[in-house]
Amino acid sequence: MSQADLTPVPVETPTSQPWEPRIIAFLCYWCSYTGADNAGTSRLKYPANVDIIRVMCSGRIDPDLIMTAFAQGADGVMVCGCHIGDCHYIAGNHKTMTRMPLLSRVLQDFGIEPERFVHEWVSAAEGDKFAKLVRQVTEQVRQVGRLDWPGRMYRRGVGHGEDLQPWGDQA
Amino acid sequence: MTTNGATSDRQPGKLRLGVYWASSCGGCDISLLEIGEHLLELIEVADIVFWPCVADFKYRTVADYPDGYIDVCLFNGGIRSSEQEQIARLVRRKSRTLVAYGACAMDGGIPALANLESTREIFDAVYHSNPSLQNPGHVEPQTHWATPHGDLELPRLYPQVLRLADIVEVDYQMPGCPPVGTQVWKVLQAVVAGEVPARNAAVRVGCDNRSVCDECHREKRKVRIKEFKRPHLAIPEPNWCLLEQGFVCLGASTRSGCGALCPKAELTCRGCYGSAGLATDQGTAMLSALGSVMDAVTEDRANELVGQIADPTGTFYRFSLASSALKAHRKP
Repeated sequence: MSQADLTPVPVETPTSQPWEPRIIAFLCYWCSYTGADNAGTSRLKYPANVDIIRVMCSGRIDPDLIMTAFAQGADGVMVCGCHIGDCHYIAGNHKTMTRMPLLSRVLQDFGIEPERFVHEWVSAAEGDKFAKLVRQVTEQVRQVGRLDWPGRMYRRGVGHGEDLQPWGDQA
Repeated sequence: MTTNGATSDRQPGKLRLGVYWASSCGGCDISLLEIGEHLLELIEVADIVFWPCVADFKYRTVADYPDGYIDVCLFNGGIRSSEQEQIARLVRRKSRTLVAYGACAMDGGIPALANLESTREIFDAVYHSNPSLQNPGHVEPQTHWATPHGDLELPRLYPQVLRLADIVEVDYQMPGCPPVGTQVWKVLQAVVAGEVPARNAAVRVGCDNRSVCDECHREKRKVRIKEFKRPHLAIPEPNWCLLEQGFVCLGASTRSGCGALCPKAELTCRGCYGSAGLATDQGTAMLSALGSVMDAVTEDRANELVGQIADPTGTFYRFSLASSALKAHRKP
């Protein structure tokens, strides 16, 4: 059973609230999370659409986590790590550097637009870069619209075959 | 293996065995013949009560069996049409133990690669745009057709391939495309002797819990991949890890049990035994592993290497697209 199978059946949300993109950001502890912190302490404003998940190294972000984020309803995913050469673990972000472009290709094969998945290097001093990046990603995800992967799969009958019409006379 | 379940509630006398073929190529049915002379031993202890591939069993015959009549049903193939779903529900009711047999029933298999296309695109390719096709009337199969002699019904095609476990409760999963003969016989022997693990859809039988690399004889030289090669354009060096040579071999993310048949034959592992260890998504596991072994220290070089991989989605998810987190293309 994949993690996506544990998703509760999506409930139609009331439409009185306008849709807002929901973006998951994986930030590495040593640079990018501190960079986001820097944005906060510098009182920079950026949209509240981003949910930050801190990890110890961007090289430790399994592509499965990104896939699962989309499968469970994220509209966009950001991955930020130290600049190449600055990794606290020497070469952790070299793995991010090769995995993320490959994952981006795979996501596009599944029909997820490149605008929805962004990987960028943000150092501890680049609070303004982080704030700008969040603004840019939120805007481009807003442009491509809602993804709603769980609802899409539910409507296709995944995991609830009873709703599908049986064939002819019951055998 | 712990002794439990299947035989304690099994009827006395011969074991009743069922085999059904849904959305798959039929290789799984043939794989049962791979047990060779053991087939004669099997027939001594088991009766075949449902196997449309080898004998004439009507669906009606199965529907008339009492519930739980079949002791073990090996169900191969994914669920693509309403007929397959209906039979999956029927054999679930009639079987004490239902085994998702082979890569298609377990993970969607090769047919699930069509989840990257919409049903419309598949119909267009099969009935209209195929160069070898002559269909001037643009005829497509209909699910319902009224004739003077009565109405005809055909099964409906679903928007995507589902796993057997998406439709009904599954007791065991047995991977392989197809499962190798020695493993099939081992599992059948365990069933006959009643030595089966506790029922749990997560239990995979007929395989080990390691990766194909653990079984592979090829030598690792601890070098990083400098260039990706395609199997039909280069000849691999014998006895050296295929992945290190630049061939995209899925051994690292694939469950063992086959005896590393493909690497032994100078072919890359195709990944038919499904995800290894605790991973649930074989494709991302491979993607992750591959990212760790590329020889790139600059972003340009990384992008160049990534660009050399042909069809990453089709390669990493060759047999497991229906088990992936995303399951299908977002197209309607």
